[in-house]
Amino acid sequence: MAADIELTPTSYIEHHLTHLTTQVGGLEGSFWTLHVDTLVTSIILGVIGLGFMWLMVRKATPGVPSKRQAFVELTVEFIDDQVKNSFHGDRHAFIAPTALAIFIWVLLMNTMDILPIDIMAWIYENVFGLHNWRTVPTTDVNTTFALALSVWFMVIYFNLKVKGVRGWTFELFCTPFGKNPLLWPLNLLFNFVEYVSKPLSHSLRLFGNIYAGEIIFLLLGMWAATGIAGTFFGALLGAGWAIFHILIVTLQAFIFMMLTVVYISMAHESH
Amino acid sequence: MDINFTLIAQAIAFSVFIWFTIKYVWPPLLLAIEERQKTIADGLAAGERGKHDLELASQRSSEVLKEAKQRASEIIAQAEKRSGEIIDEAKVTAREEGGRILVGAKAEIEHEVFSARESLRQQVAELAVAGASKILRREVDAKAHESLLITIGEELK
Repeated sequence: MAADIELTPTSYIEHHLTHLTTQVGGLEGSFWTLHVDTLVTSIILGVIGLGFMWLMVRKATPGVPSKRQAFVELTVEFIDDQVKNSFHGDRHAFIAPTALAIFIWVLLMNTMDILPIDIMAWIYENVFGLHNWRTVPTTDVNTTFALALSVWFMVIYFNLKVKGVRGWTFELFCTPFGKNPLLWPLNLLFNFVEYVSKPLSHSLRLFGNIYAGEIIFLLLGMWAATGIAGTFFGALLGAGWAIFHILIVTLQAFIFMMLTVVYISMAHESH
Repeated sequence: MDINFTLIAQAIAFSVFIWFTIKYVWPPLLLAIEERQKTIADGLAAGERGKHDLELASQRSSEVLKEAKQRASEIIAQAEKRSGEIIDEAKVTAREEGGRILVGAKAEIEHEVFSARESLRQQVAELAVAGASKILRREVDAKAHESLLITIGEELK
């Protein structure tokens, strides 16, 4: 924390919720801002998670697996089972590996929430010389929207690929209420709402849960600044919240993956 | 909470990670898992087959055992029958042989009796002649009666 800023609850929270930004290609305008912390952390985590899997997989044997290979296999089979239940078709071509990538990546990004924020901030400040650095990429709405919109485009792509332009148009106009031309506007409106709400709920669910979790940690951290009792209870509740958060981060990663699988499966199935 | 270029950058990172997983992570692992599943399934099938074979073998062995028992009892029955036959044959033979011996013995006895009677008769004749000659020696001239004596002796013979 920079010494010239007065330490108030507002500045404390603001400090922890400020991104390290840069402008892309020297362009002006708020859209051309890049959250370097989000991007770098998420890429590092993706490379670590998938790289670990890749290293295991390269040495994978069909014989007796090592403990690490068994762990990777357990994860893969768990996701494969989930996909198998909702997707009927060649799941190994796209949807199952995509689900694996999403689960691993989102889980790792969510898990950053458990790292103690002020210790991490101190490390960023004093080891890397970075004043603003947000550790949890999924508390950046850009990350969750990027994922959800990518999934949304996949849904559109598979709709067109499986049903064709005609089939999909028919579905937009004639489902879910019926083929009667009088119902066409209603059907279209319904589908429009559905296609808009899908990426919104998909991304904001993840963002909201993880962001709220971080805010709770921040509030507990602020309580610790009020005195010995505050420190004690802040630490105690912080530990409790962190333990509870182990469940939340896993659950949210799982939900995000499952929704992806369900949306893509729905795009494959005609009504 | 502002939407900016980070979104596009993250989407690019996301698609790269998906591509990487599809291409390098998923297939080899799936291959290994499927191969292991096949090995396990084969092992289980082999075990099942072995169990089946064992069942067949034990069935077969019990059949063989039953057959052997049956054969043995047949052989024993045959042997018993044969031994009975042999005993019967032996009895018949013995009876015949006994009959033959009996006949022989009877013939011999008759022969003995006959010869004994002959010799007795001879001896009686001689004794009679001897006795007569003793009596006559005093009163009869041996010479005068010699022809008579010889006649009697011959008659007695």
